[in-house]
Amino acid sequence: MSLIDLANPTRFLALSARVLPWLAAATIILLGIGLYQSALAPDDYQQGATVKIMFIHVPNAWLSMFVWGVMSVASLGTLVWRHPLADVAAKAAAPIGASFTFLALLTGSLWGRPMWGTYWEWDARLTSVLILFLMYLGLMALWRAVEDPSRAARAAAVLTLVGALNLPIIKFSVDWWNTLHQPASVMRMGGSTLDKAFLIPLLVMAVAFTLLFVTLHLAAMRNEILRRRVRSLQMMQASRVAFSSEVGTGSRQESASKGAA
Amino acid sequence: MTALSALIRRDIRIALRVGGGALIGVLFFLTVVVLMPFAVGPDLALLSRLGPAILWLGALLASLLTLDRLFMADHEDGSLDLITMSRTPLELACAAKALAHWLAAGLPLIVATPVLGLLLNLDMVATGAVALTLLAGTPALTFTGMIGAALAVTLHRGGLLMAVLVLPLSIPVLIFGVAASQAAITGPLSFGAPFSILCALSLVSLVIGPFAAAASLKHGLD
Repeated sequence: MSLIDLANPTRFLALSARVLPWLAAATIILLGIGLYQSALAPDDYQQGATVKIMFIHVPNAWLSMFVWGVMSVASLGTLVWRHPLADVAAKAAAPIGASFTFLALLTGSLWGRPMWGTYWEWDARLTSVLILFLMYLGLMALWRAVEDPSRAARAAAVLTLVGALNLPIIKFSVDWWNTLHQPASVMRMGGSTLDKAFLIPLLVMAVAFTLLFVTLHLAAMRNEILRRRVRSLQMMQASRVAFSSEVGTGSRQESASKGAA
Repeated sequence: MTALSALIRRDIRIALRVGGGALIGVLFFLTVVVLMPFAVGPDLALLSRLGPAILWLGALLASLLTLDRLFMADHEDGSLDLITMSRTPLELACAAKALAHWLAAGLPLIVATPVLGLLLNLDMVATGAVALTLLAGTPALTFTGMIGAALAVTLHRGGLLMAVLVLPLSIPVLIFGVAASQAAITGPLSFGAPFSILCALSLVSLVIGPFAAAASLKHGLD
């Protein structure tokens, strides 16, 4: 089974229908375990119970970048290999990525309220995630602006790849800007010295969220394929109606001319 | 080579003549800067503190708005198809068009900066710093904006969509442009570091921009 075998949408639909229930079950089980473990995790000596927001916040932030990576690979598939499912994958991933990014921002600001005393801080990480969110929204606007999916796909692919090249530059410049304006950062994370009691639930949650993304992505791809089929069926029907009415008037004119003769 | 220089000369000539609209960018720049005191108040001290930021924002918006014309007019009269089909590589042709656009629409903004600096109560050093950073930074704006212009022409959509797509990509240029001018005016940082990063951004966009624009034109036009 290679990637080319999946190029047939019907085969992809059949395969994903078989895989999806297992993926969904694995996601639910892992999410359950992860949530249970993070509920049992000890409170931080400084941050108290609010540290548990981390178990939701960090996986969301990790996926917000991971999804752009997935979309970049799919865009390469669209531009280089012309893989027929690549643009479906890229289109389906954008709203999911935007949701993860939004959740990362939301949980971050909810976490910031008790820690920093404000919902929003022009912190380097928050700012660059906000820019990433803006780019997701722009990409979705691009998908929605054009009717023809294949034309939109190529434009979105170029933009996704340019974004992938630009994101590290934006991240770097926002970091630089932030250190320029705020010499002493408010945020002081544990860094890599995260205790095992936090690290294990965090890793479980990260895997669970990745599985959640894969499940949602497959389901969204199925929906997109079916939506395109409905669209092409409607177009066929519309053209058939137009054609048959054209033929109808033509034959009527013919009979009229015969009558006149 | 002659084809490229002919293209550049043609684009500049069209942009400067009636209907070209290159100088409207300068007028827009002037209007944005004049609007600012009405929003923040006519406090000269405050204006001189905000001056570099206002000038950079104005130049950013002005160069974005004129970008709409970069491929659109050529697409309407069919000469874009000729450029796409000619033997010159499309990437080079895109770079030449962007260069011509920068010469016709970007340079006038920099020439206008000293006059606008007077309105914002900037002294000689500050005006010079802003003009220098604009000279180093506006090519990056033109060359990244060209990607948006190419997308706009293939999708037959311009205006707001293009602005939404291109503006996040220009954040690094804005950060380092304003930082370099502030460093030259007030310190304490050295002017060299942000200014060389700004030049680096321009060089990077000089490479990425033409390739991305040519790719989107190749895949999008039919």
